[in-house]
Amino acid sequence: MSTTVLLLITGLGLGALYFLIAAGLSLIWGLMRVLNLAHGAFFTVAAYLGWSASLALSGTSPWVQWGVSVVVAVIAGGVFATLTEVVLIRPLYARPVGQVLVTVGVALAAVALIEGGYGGDPKQLTLPAWLTGTTAILGANIPNTRWVAIFAAALVLALLLFFLQRTRYGLIVRAGVENRSMVEALGIDVQRAFTLVFAIGGMAAGLSGVLAAAYYGTIDPVRGTSMLIFAFIVIVIGGLGSVAGSALAAVIVGVLQQFLNFYAAAGVGDFAVVLLLAVVLLVRPGGLTGATST
Amino acid sequence: MSERDVLLALRNVDVFIGESHILQGVSFDVRNGGITGLLGRNGVGKTTTLRGILGLAPRTGSVTLAGEELTRLSVHEVVQRGVGYVPEDRDVFAGLTVAENLRLAERKGSELRYDLIYELFPELKQRAAQKAGTLSGGQQQMVSLSRALLNADNRILLVDEPTKGLAPLVVRNVTEALRRAAEVATILLVEQNLSVAHALVRDVIVLDQGRVTFTGDVDELMNDPALARRHLGLAAAVGH
Ligand SMILES: Nc1ncnc2c1ncn2[C@@H]1O[C@H](COP(=O)(O)OP(=O)(O)OP(=O)(O)O)[C@@H](O)[C@H]1O
Ligand SMILES: [Mg+2]
Repeated sequence: MSTTVLLLITGLGLGALYFLIAAGLSLIWGLMRVLNLAHGAFFTVAAYLGWSASLALSGTSPWVQWGVSVVVAVIAGGVFATLTEVVLIRPLYARPVGQVLVTVGVALAAVALIEGGYGGDPKQLTLPAWLTGTTAILGANIPNTRWVAIFAAALVLALLLFFLQRTRYGLIVRAGVENRSMVEALGIDVQRAFTLVFAIGGMAAGLSGVLAAAYYGTIDPVRGTSMLIFAFIVIVIGGLGSVAGSALAAVIVGVLQQFLNFYAAAGVGDFAVVLLLAVVLLVRPGGLTGATST
Repeated sequence: MSERDVLLALRNVDVFIGESHILQGVSFDVRNGGITGLLGRNGVGKTTTLRGILGLAPRTGSVTLAGEELTRLSVHEVVQRGVGYVPEDRDVFAGLTVAENLRLAERKGSELRYDLIYELFPELKQRAAQKAGTLSGGQQQMVSLSRALLNADNRILLVDEPTKGLAPLVVRNVTEALRRAAEVATILLVEQNLSVAHALVRDVIVLDQGRVTFTGDVDELMNDPALARRHLGLAAAVGH
């Protein structure tokens, strides 16, 4: 029982990290039809800059250090993503292959620069004692990092749904996911919504990066890449363009992965997720939700 | 027509889509006020002309609105100059509610226009919370027309086959709505239903295979069966 609970909450925590990456990816694809392979770089660069900020504050309270690293990571993710959109993606508007290549370039360059600047060894983020501890529930000692990831993802999900359902830009994004040129034909500058979606997606990915540092205990230059692969699987299963679909798929993928990696053998969970992707594509090509950005 | 009467002018507009030369040097004027008809057989380039005006289709040549060149502007900038669009397939946002579809089109001054559209289409008020994708074709057309009407800055509405596939009663409703819309904006209307076109339109432009083959008064065209048949095909004989 306690093992089941532990695996479930750990899986949910992993799903939370996936969701934070997937939400932005899914909206970017839905709105702009850009496969943003640079999204993992937002995750990684944000985590490292958060780590640097925390290091610069060493000696202060670990809560302050951690809090600042989270804020810095979120801002860094947002700024990096905005720059990527404005400087690299926008000029290649209407050249999809060029856009994909540019995002690959950003991804490779970011990893290389991080390795050059910080070295390839894993870095440890200073965490408050509470975060390294556990909370017992139903006999299982759950690492508190899991709770934090789950709480953060739930909060981001709620904020994103509020944004999409209740704001004018959210309305533009939902309409743009359906039919971008008709939004323009109503006199709306969709380009601005692109930039906004990139910024929001980058912030969420940055948050995922810094939370993953706590979840896994360390930061390294390549985790962003593997997280990105699972986030892609999540958005396809969830239905491209749908934030709610991404949330559901992230939970399924994270939990499935944890259980199978534990009960079958390490690696089986990862493989099963890919299998699940294939099954969903065969049975429901539009993903679990079709493609509406709700 | 004198230069001051001209609202929209096309000069030597070409549109290529892939290898196909779809519009071949199209030139015409749309007079300020009233409804101008853009007619022609299936596949001659009527929709492409409207899309070219907006910049939704890549075009060369000159398109001016009240003397201002539009071809260098992006689509949303063209629309912001006062060009409304009611596309052939309506293009309502299916996953959005009726109210949300309308809200997207709102601009300063839309409050008064809500009175107009709810007067023309009272159904839309009752169906405000309904997803536009679940509406009938006629109701979707009402949403699409309303979006163009809500923008009080629109000086010209490009309306593409608004009665296509609609039941006779709805055709009458839409026809009446267009007549009222023409009181607040100039309309360039693509219409295959020639009795509707004849009832609404004053000036006519006829396209054939990407070229303008006739411009003039609607009665001149419609009251001469041989001329109508030559320009509009068999439908002209049936529709009249
Ligand atoms: N995206 C496209 N790709 C290739 N050819 C196209 C495209 N759009 C239009 N065409 C071609 O351009 C020509 C003109 O099409 P257009 O839709 O403008 O005609 P239309 O007069 O509106 O016809 P209809 O009465 O059927 O609506 C047609 O031969 C059509 O096949
Ligand atoms: Mg057409």
